[in-house]
Amino acid sequence: MARIEFQNLAHAYRPKPATLDDYALQPMSMVWEDGGAYALLGPSGCGKTTLLNIVSGLVKPSEGKVLFDGRDVTALGARERNIAQVFQFPVIYDTMTVFDNLAFPLRNRRMPAAEVKKRVHEVAEILDMTRDLPHKASNLAADAKQKISLGRGLVRQDVAAILFDEPLTVIDPAMKWMLRRQLKKIHQQLKLTLIYVTHDQVEALTFADEVVVMTNGRVVQKGGADALFLRPDHAFVGYFIGSPGMNLCPIELDADGARIGSQRLTLGAATLAALGDAHQQAKSPLTLGIRPEFVRLAHEGEAGAVRVEVLRAQQLGNYQLVTAQCDGHLFNAKLEPHVRVVNGPAWLRVAAPETVFFCNDERIDARNAEGAAQ
Amino acid sequence: MNKPVNQKAWLLVIPVFICVAFSAILPLMTVVNYSVQDIISPTQHVFVGTEWFRNIMTDPDLRDALGRQIIFSACVLLFEIPLGVGLALSMPASGWRASAALVVLAMPLLIPWNVVGTIWQIFGRPDIGLLGYWLNSLGFDYNYTASPTAAWITVLVMDIWHWTPLVALLCYAGLRAIPDAFYQAAEIDGASRFAVFRYIELPKMRGVLMIAVLLRFMDSFMIYTEPFVLTGGGPGDSTTFLSQYLTQKAVGQFDLGPAAAFSLIYFLIILLLCFILYNWMSRVGKGGPAAEGDEHAG
Repeated sequence: MARIEFQNLAHAYRPKPATLDDYALQPMSMVWEDGGAYALLGPSGCGKTTLLNIVSGLVKPSEGKVLFDGRDVTALGARERNIAQVFQFPVIYDTMTVFDNLAFPLRNRRMPAAEVKKRVHEVAEILDMTRDLPHKASNLAADAKQKISLGRGLVRQDVAAILFDEPLTVIDPAMKWMLRRQLKKIHQQLKLTLIYVTHDQVEALTFADEVVVMTNGRVVQKGGADALFLRPDHAFVGYFIGSPGMNLCPIELDADGARIGSQRLTLGAATLAALGDAHQQAKSPLTLGIRPEFVRLAHEGEAGAVRVEVLRAQQLGNYQLVTAQCDGHLFNAKLEPHVRVVNGPAWLRVAAPETVFFCNDERIDARNAEGAAQ
Repeated sequence: MNKPVNQKAWLLVIPVFICVAFSAILPLMTVVNYSVQDIISPTQHVFVGTEWFRNIMTDPDLRDALGRQIIFSACVLLFEIPLGVGLALSMPASGWRASAALVVLAMPLLIPWNVVGTIWQIFGRPDIGLLGYWLNSLGFDYNYTASPTAAWITVLVMDIWHWTPLVALLCYAGLRAIPDAFYQAAEIDGASRFAVFRYIELPKMRGVLMIAVLLRFMDSFMIYTEPFVLTGGGPGDSTTFLSQYLTQKAVGQFDLGPAAAFSLIYFLIILLLCFILYNWMSRVGKGGPAAEGDEHAG
């Protein structure tokens, strides 16, 4: 069990990266607390597996340091780091029984046979696999194989962290819930540091205390479900988290206030001032972001509302999903199922207390905080 | 569960059935026909029942040839399989080096068999051959035309040179199909290099190794061309293997009946040994169907 710390960590697969785009993992610093459950979330190719392999020691970072409990482990290989990893596809030793699979890491470390037997039985108990111990591991179902992979990590008492690389990809949906619940239980029982890579936001949010959202080799936000949902630091987080994602729409400032295309949008004086400052400083486009959950129908001319054309309303059981267009920009709204919506002109309130603004894709007050930190 | 019944499927099998009948079953049946008759001339033949079979079974020359053949095939497997696995393990995994290694490795496989025999015949000659000349000047009394041991070793080394690359190529393909995650897991589990080989590479190569063993067994059991060119079965009959013995009978002495009976026995021996080998190998380290289910790694 360990606290994992990254100091100015970066990785490029090619030598001498010139621009940030050359990095598979852009420079970043971060701390993962001992006993925490963290998820790395992002689309395929965003660098999350690279980061995971850097933690496990399978990839040596080209820049920066990795510390376990303050000890620099950057130069150590996977076998000296005491981490356990569960891969996307079950990795088991086909010719061995479940018992031998679980005992393998211990036997490689020359633990006495009696102790091996005791540890393996303890772990089998935790995994609820005691009955399978004498059987060939290759004949088990995918979820049981993944549990064996996990068990090979758990048997080692010195384990610093357990890493999961999309471990539920090959598991059937019904088993996914059970396995995830079991993982969570094991985490609570053993208080291990868990790092979980996934591209499934539900998996990430239900599993982890904190989610690290990544895109294009860059960590864009680290936070709990609330923060990711309500205060996304980056437009990508808004777009990626939630189903459907956040409505993102460019806005422009002029002498009279704010506009979406040709539509006037009434905003508070303080908000306008903050937007103006950010725009002045960065000379970058501004974006308004609002979750579909917070969009509602409005009266004509209401503050923070814009005139839209409703394109369709889909009933989805516990809510209806309304898609509307405002000057060429689409807005989704999740409305109560009983609200009557007809296709055609309507007003939607898009500037609410929950609305966030981005300048150059960074949330405006987040940008200030980041500026202060540097 | 109701299975749909569709007898039309038989129609689709007919073309294959006809092809196989003409290419394999009918020729085999003519051999069966010969084996029970004494062919005196193209127009004159007498039914003799199992006489040829009885003759063949008690022929001491045949028994010797069969013994030599079994020892030869066993030696071939004993040397070529471990060597091939070793070669495959030591080959580079990717890049231009891998391509270069593959080309060099495949070279002996591209040479016509009688040319292989000729190459080694010249290579091993004590008077002008590179190998033979050097061995003799180093003090070894090496002459494959005079010493049965030297002839044996030469035939065996020639076969190893010729066919180990096939085993290596098959194993190489098997090794490349193992997903990286297995090596990473082994690294994390602290496995030694030998443990990686024993518990990951060897089980994953089981399928290709089985093919390699069967191919090498069948081919070596039917070996003809190379020893024929190299030693002509000699000195004496020390390197006369089954095929050559058969050819002497059928073509040399024109004993069609005994040769046919012998062919059938030969065929049955190969079939039986392959069956035994196959069953044994599929039982050894059997990982069940899941062992083959790892191709989906992405």
